[in-house]
Amino acid sequence: MAAILALARIDNGAPSRSSLELLGGARRLGGGRTDPLCAAVLGPGDAGALYRYGVATVYRADDPLLKDYQADCYLQALVRIAEAAKPRFLLLAGDSVGRDLAARLAFRLGAGIVTDVIDITPDGSGAVPRFTRPAYGGKATAVIVPRTFPVVLTLKPRTFDPAQAAGAGQGQEVRVEVALEPGQARVRLVERAQEQSTGVKLEDARTVISGGRGLGGPEGFTLLTELARVLKGAVGASRAATDAGWVPSSMQVGQTGKTVSPDLYIAVGISGATQHVAGITGAKTIVAINADPEAPIFKVAHLGIVGDYKMILPPVIAKCREALGA
Amino acid sequence: MRIAVCLKQIIDPELPASQFKIDPALKRQQPDGHPLVVSPYDENALEVALKLKAETNGRVAVLSVGEAAAVSALRKGLAMGADEAALISDPVLEGADAFGIGIALARGIQKLGAFDCVLCGCESGDWADRTVGPIVAEVLGFPCVSFVTQVGRHGDRLRLQRVVEDGIEIWEGSPPLALTILSHESNVPRYPKVKDIMAASRKPVPTWSAADLGLEVQQVGRAAFRTEVQELTLPSRESRCEMLNGGPDEQAAALVARLRERKVL
Repeated sequence: MAAILALARIDNGAPSRSSLELLGGARRLGGGRTDPLCAAVLGPGDAGALYRYGVATVYRADDPLLKDYQADCYLQALVRIAEAAKPRFLLLAGDSVGRDLAARLAFRLGAGIVTDVIDITPDGSGAVPRFTRPAYGGKATAVIVPRTFPVVLTLKPRTFDPAQAAGAGQGQEVRVEVALEPGQARVRLVERAQEQSTGVKLEDARTVISGGRGLGGPEGFTLLTELARVLKGAVGASRAATDAGWVPSSMQVGQTGKTVSPDLYIAVGISGATQHVAGITGAKTIVAINADPEAPIFKVAHLGIVGDYKMILPPVIAKCREALGA
Repeated sequence: MRIAVCLKQIIDPELPASQFKIDPALKRQQPDGHPLVVSPYDENALEVALKLKAETNGRVAVLSVGEAAAVSALRKGLAMGADEAALISDPVLEGADAFGIGIALARGIQKLGAFDCVLCGCESGDWADRTVGPIVAEVLGFPCVSFVTQVGRHGDRLRLQRVVEDGIEIWEGSPPLALTILSHESNVPRYPKVKDIMAASRKPVPTWSAADLGLEVQQVGRAAFRTEVQELTLPSRESRCEMLNGGPDEQAAALVARLRERKVL
C-alpha cells in the first residue's frame, strides 16, 4: 500500500502544531484504510516523538545545510525522500515554508498539486479522496480530484484537528543521504526580523480584534489594542490596513495573511472583502462594527453594529472591563 | 537588468458575492460581462519590477496567457511603464492547469530573450493556487523566493524582503531569480497617465500560439491534467446577523450581553 508522507518540523523534541495538523489530516486520506503514515524530517533533532502520533517511519535527511530553511536544499532532500518513500500523497503545511515548496516539489516529482485543502473526503468507492478548497476568495468552494499520483497537498493552517498522541508508539527511522553542496543553495537568508509580539499570538488567540480601512488611519488601532488587552486577545488587520502601512504585514488576517479560528472575532471597519473573510471562516462568533450598513461583513457576522467605531468601542471596552472585572 | 512580469487577467474579484455566478459545465465563474482586471498581486509584481527598472536602468516585459481580451491587461502593463509585451493565446491552453500555464509562460519568456528576474503575483485573485510562479521558476531553472514585498540591488546581488508568519526575512541571491510578490505599502501599483495609456494602445503586442512556443497539446492541454475540478459550488450564504440597534451605550451593552450568552466573554 502506498504511503502518506508529511513534512514534519520538530521544535525542542516535540512536533510543531502544523505538523500535528498534517498528521491529523493524513488520517482522512486513506478513506478508512490505514496507509502507512510516514514523516519527512530535515535537519537535526530527535524525531522519536512522532511515533506517538501514528507515524510508522521517519525519513530523515540530515545535513548542515538543512539546519535552517533554504528552498533549494529542502527541495533536493524532499525529492530524495520521496524517491525512497514512494508516497501517494505528500502533505505540507500551508505556511511560509510549505507554500514556498509545494509547487516546485510537485513539478520535480511530476506530481499533481492541491493547495489550501480545507477538507478531505473519500469518493464513492473510497479509493480516491476528494479535496475541498476555497476558490474565488471564498465566494465558491471547489472539490478537486487527482488524476495522477503522487499528489502534493498543502493543508490550510488551523483547519484540521491536530493528531493526538496515543500510547508509547513505535517506529523506525530511515536515513536518506542527500549530499548537498553549499553552492546548491542559490539564495541565502541574511537577516530575520521578528516582529515584537506583545501578548497572545494572533493564530493562537481565542479572541481576535481586527481593524480595516474603516479605521481611517493607524491611530484607530489604539482602541483595538485596548479592547484586546481587556479581552486577552490579539489584534489583527485586513489587507487594506497592512497595505496602507498602518500595521505590519504579520498582522494581516485573510487569504494571503493568517488564518484564524478564534472563539470570538471582532471586525472593526472591515468591509468584508472575500480575501479577508477567507481567513476567518473558522471563527465561532463574528462581530462586525462598521459605519456602512451594506458592508458585506454583515453577511458573515453573527452580531452587527452599524456606527462609528470611535463612538462604539469606548463603551464596549468599559462594559467588557466591568463584565470581566478587569 | 531585464525583468519579465507575468500578468493574469481575471474577472474583477472585488465584485460583490451577490453577482458571483458559477458556470456549472465549465466549473468556473460565469463572465456575465463583468469587468476584467489584472489580478491584484500581479500589479504589485509589476510595480516592484518598475522600481527595479528605474534602479538598474533596466527593461520590463509583460506576458500573459489568456484569451484575446487579455491584451488589455498587457496594455495596462505597458501604460504603467513596461517596455514590451506578448500574449500567449491558444484554444489548447483554455482551462490549462498550473503546469500548462507555467510551461507556456516560461517558453514565452525564453522567446523574448534572457532575463535576470521573473516576477509573478504570489497568488491569483480567482483560484489562488500559488503554483504558476514557482512552476515558471522550475521550467526556467531559476531559484525562487515567494511572498517578496521589496527588491533592491545590493552589489551584484539582489536583496529581497520576504514576509513570513512572525515577521520578515531578508534574502540575497544573484540573478537570474524568480520571485512571487505580495502586496505591501512599498509596492502599491501606480496609476498610468493618460498619455501613457494612449501610447500603450498603439504599441504592438504579438500573440503567440502554443505551436509558436513549441508546445505540444499533450504537454499542456487537458490530457496533461494532474488534477481536476470535480465540483464548484456556492457556500450557503444565509444572513444570520443580528443587528444591535440604539445609541453606542445601548449597542455596547447589548453586545456584551450577547457575548456572555454565547459564552465567548
